Amino acid sequence: MPDYTHALIILLVMGGCVILTRVLPVVIFGWSEQIPEFILYLGKVIPYTAMGLLIVYCFRDISILGGTHGVPELIAMAVVVASYLWKRNTIVSVVLGTAVYMVLLQMVFV
Amino acid sequence: MVTFIVLGIGFGLLMQKHGFGPLWSLASGIIIYSGTVQFVSIALMSTGSVLMAGLTALMVSARHLFFSISMIGRYSTEGPRKWYLYYALCDETYAMLSKDDTPEGVNVSGYRLLVTLFDQLSWLFGCVLGGCVGTLLSFNSTGIDFAMVALFTTVFLQQWIDTKNHIPAITGLLATLVCRLIFGRDLFLIPAMIIIVITMTAMRRRIEAAEPVESAEPTHEPAGGDGDA
Repeated sequence: MPDYTHALIILLVMGGCVILTRVLPVVIFGWSEQIPEFILYLGKVIPYTAMGLLIVYCFRDISILGGTHGVPELIAMAVVVASYLWKRNTIVSVVLGTAVYMVLLQMVFV
Repeated sequence: MVTFIVLGIGFGLLMQKHGFGPLWSLASGIIIYSGTVQFVSIALMSTGSVLMAGLTALMVSARHLFFSISMIGRYSTEGPRKWYLYYALCDETYAMLSKDDTPEGVNVSGYRLLVTLFDQLSWLFGCVLGGCVGTLLSFNSTGIDFAMVALFTTVFLQQWIDTKNHIPAITGLLATLVCRLIFGRDLFLIPAMIIIVITMTAMRRRIEAAEPVESAEPTHEPAGGDGDA
């Protein structure tokens, strides 16, 4: 049973931050042409760093030394990367990779 | 549109498996309305700290800054409804409306509102549907969380393909990995973010020499985008 109050707070904070990035620039800069170069630069490069951060975050519980040594994750990631480079289709890669991972966890590495 | 619904279903399903029903998915689609942020929020809703959640959301959606700024000129005549248009300006909607190819004889203002609304409604429809499917179907969901990292990986690959300069992508990956090893599983995210911002600031000249930041008007498709909401 999740802590629903905490969940709601997290939801509101994250939603608030997203709105901040979508609406605040208009509120602040909507009537002037002066947008700081540094802000524009960060807005451009940070999203490119964020995906790597999120990928590592998702794998935070994996240990190379224990459990399944990260082998199922490695195989499923290879499926995602190969299928995406081949078909360039997000849905296909996500469904395929997840299916392979679930089969590996539930039937192979039990 | 199909991508929106299918990813929405995946999100709703995942939420359900983490103990958050269709109404939570609907609330998330209204409060956050950003695919990537919503997917990360599932993990953070049960264990994350408020600071970590806020910083993660800011980092992932920093690109919206550009979308909104480049629409200021177009939306200046929209009146109060422009606040809805900005709030719901996701990657897909931006990609459609920044092309300025309103069909002949169609009211531009109405077209913008309809496209924006239709995108959000199809996303919400997917989220709720996924939540309902998750409630009805009972199956062994062990490993379904992989959908999250699979989605981020496809975005990572698309960003890699779209850009010549890979310093930001490599920095994000390496800094986070090193911080995970040094700080442990509960504390690494914030140090990683700090290192990333410092590194990007320090390497600004090099990165801009390779790919200069143009005006607030991106000429390309939203490459920094996440390909969904």
